[in-house]
Amino acid sequence: MENFTPLSALVGGLLIGLGAAVLLLGGGRIAGISGIVGGMIKRPGGDHLWRACFVVGLLIGAGAYAAFAPDRFVVQFDATAGTVAAAGLIVGYGTQLGHGCTSGHGVCGLGRLSLRSVVATLLFMATAMITVFIARHMMGAL
Amino acid sequence: MPLALSALIAGILFGLGLAVSQMTNPAKVLAFLDVAGDWDPSLAVVMAGAVTVAVIAFRIAAGRTAPLAGGSFDLPTRRKIDTPLVMGAMVFGVGWGLAGLCPGPALTALLSGQRKAFLFVGAMLAGMVVYKFMSRERPVDG
Repeated sequence: MENFTPLSALVGGLLIGLGAAVLLLGGGRIAGISGIVGGMIKRPGGDHLWRACFVVGLLIGAGAYAAFAPDRFVVQFDATAGTVAAAGLIVGYGTQLGHGCTSGHGVCGLGRLSLRSVVATLLFMATAMITVFIARHMMGAL
Repeated sequence: MPLALSALIAGILFGLGLAVSQMTNPAKVLAFLDVAGDWDPSLAVVMAGAVTVAVIAFRIAAGRTAPLAGGSFDLPTRRKIDTPLVMGAMVFGVGWGLAGLCPGPALTALLSGQRKAFLFVGAMLAGMVVYKFMSRERPVDG
């Protein structure tokens, strides 16, 4: 557990929660990234502005931190390009079918004590851990 | 506070939180998912912090009739643990485990300028479009 960074994890987590709180109490919307992005594909016209504003904000927030602490903003891919592409496709499809991802079900759904989100979060955590276990410890890949 | 401004501020806080907690790094996320390896519990602390703030926000929202931007709270109405939820969450988890990216960090990964980040986001959007066309062929589930 030498990579464990509890303090930055806690501070970052509180900021993520605060972001979800601002969107909920300010705009009345759920801060679920797959829902926000998927909604721009699903519905032509209508409520694209706030969705685009959230995505732009997301990039500004992370980008500001990357500019402030470039050595701490690391994006390291372990998977091959083919695996990355397959993973993207699966994530895109799965989040729409299951109506949420780590933010929508994991943060907001658990935050509103939704049973659906508890089930979804446990399931995607479990299949993600099983996938990593198979890839790293059984196939020796990654 | 207008909806678009709420969304922009929420996005900035959310993106900052992802970057501070290093959840923007797929390798860091995979270190959490790899429970049989050199386990890094950071993601659990991020979730705990974010969910705690979200719980408080939803309790405050429950006592209000409208968000600050006006209009109404647009919250999920589904209650049933149905097949799409279970299948979608499980499928999403596999993709998350393959690359270490979920939708939020996928978007912020674009800031690194890496080809794999664009590959993932492009494939993710394609997966969302695939769902959109496939779900059109059967009755809407809710």
